[in-house]
Amino acid sequence: MTQANAIHIRDLYQYYNHVPVLEDVNLEIRADNYVGILGPNGAGKSTLLKVILGLVKPSQGEVLVFGEDPVKLRRQGNLLGYLPQKPLNHPRFPVSVLDVVLMGRFGRIGLLRRPGRRDREIALKNLARLGITHLADRPIGELSGGEQQRVFIARALSVEPRLLVLDEPTISLDACAQDDLYEMMHRLKEELNLTVLVVSHDIGAVARHVDDVICLNRRIHVHQAPPIGRLALENTFGCSVEYLFHGEIPHRVVRVHDD
Amino acid sequence: MIDLFSLGFFQRALLAGLLLSLLGGVLSVFVILRRMAFIGVGISHSAFGGVALGFLLGVDPLWTGIGFAVVVAVLIEWAQSQGKLEEDAAIGIFFAASMALGVVFLHLSQTYNVDVFGFLFGNILAIGEKQLGQILLVTLIVLAAVLACFKELVFLSFDEEMAWVSGVPVKPLRYLFLILMALVVIVSIYLVGIILVSALLVIPGAIARNLTQHIRSMLGVSLVAAVGSTFGGLLLSYGVDWPSGATVVLLLSAGFFCSTLAPRWPREKSGEGT
Repeated sequence: MTQANAIHIRDLYQYYNHVPVLEDVNLEIRADNYVGILGPNGAGKSTLLKVILGLVKPSQGEVLVFGEDPVKLRRQGNLLGYLPQKPLNHPRFPVSVLDVVLMGRFGRIGLLRRPGRRDREIALKNLARLGITHLADRPIGELSGGEQQRVFIARALSVEPRLLVLDEPTISLDACAQDDLYEMMHRLKEELNLTVLVVSHDIGAVARHVDDVICLNRRIHVHQAPPIGRLALENTFGCSVEYLFHGEIPHRVVRVHDD
Repeated sequence: MIDLFSLGFFQRALLAGLLLSLLGGVLSVFVILRRMAFIGVGISHSAFGGVALGFLLGVDPLWTGIGFAVVVAVLIEWAQSQGKLEEDAAIGIFFAASMALGVVFLHLSQTYNVDVFGFLFGNILAIGEKQLGQILLVTLIVLAAVLACFKELVFLSFDEEMAWVSGVPVKPLRYLFLILMALVVIVSIYLVGIILVSALLVIPGAIARNLTQHIRSMLGVSLVAAVGSTFGGLLLSYGVDWPSGATVVLLLSAGFFCSTLAPRWPREKSGEGT
């Protein structure tokens, strides 16, 4: 087991009320990779992310993030960046965009203290990175879906994470904005030396942009042994779906399939 | 009126009302943002069991009330965190059970009298130096705690999962907030009584929610609404000889209905600007 692996999962089983959501998941993700997790609805993608983030305790198996248990990792102040699927639960929550991005700093600041100049600088820098500096003083609820998305990514980056986890970031975006987002993530990954994990059920878009693809479906994890290869999609989606997206995924895999 | 302000009991009532409305004004902002209005109702009604236990045991109902309210608040949270019970069901069960206990305690203590009515509907004109001291103590504790954790409480209200991932101690803060609510509920009983406490914990924040778009201005408006209604209610109740607690609650409610009619200020402003 090399230290460099950002994520190491062995024999992971996850149950909700005795119903398996993830079964026998084994996974290695190297640091500084840009990885897409693909799978249809209900495939356990969000659950996998929550296990990695430490939000959900694995029912069984071993999950290590940067060689450490996720909950321990968090306690050590080694925080992860997270963009939830539905980041804005309260549509009219009375805070500004800058307030939201600053929230990313709160865990580092600690109780009793207010955000200082450095925190503000980090927040503003991340606003600039995402090209939304001009929105800083706007109420979060007034922004469009795409703008909100960027705010929450800026918030996740303000945690200063090594691993950034995005749960269906493109779900409310049109095709162009989706491409923009994936490209932007690529740029951020290079700039900040991030490991990026993007969950999506949008096969084409993900396959075009990421370094590696992981397929997850119906509690069964399909992958190629570490390092994860380009694709192992055969068992993941239904056959018809597979056929549809093969035109868009790398050449090598198409050939494999045609054989 | 000058006579009125020189009366000791009215001075105490005003001071107590000021402190309690500060508490209500601050906490109600979070109660609204965290959608905890019903838990406020639950905690305040459970306090009845504790207060009655105080009568039965012959100790200051404040302490037994606080004990009961804190225990019930923590139980509701715990039952929910175990995933065994939905929060609203937990509240419904615990508050009915503790009110029933209260009725039994009162029956056993043989004191079904005016005191009880005061606890149910508030009697701020009757509070003495000792109660005023208790209210002051609770005010200092609660305001200090909220000040210490203000940004975390905002983050928690915004999104608990994100807060946890970002390294904020979510669980301790959840319990802390419930305990603060229990404390405020108990001392607010002096002003508006068990039945009406939730008004103080909900309406100022709800008014501010209607009128503002930023947490700081929301806090300010909530405080103004709470203090204004309390002072206004106390004076009005004296003038027309109505029960003071109920008058305060009626003023708050009237304020809320007015606030729903008012256009939101910042939206108007940005409309003028562009």
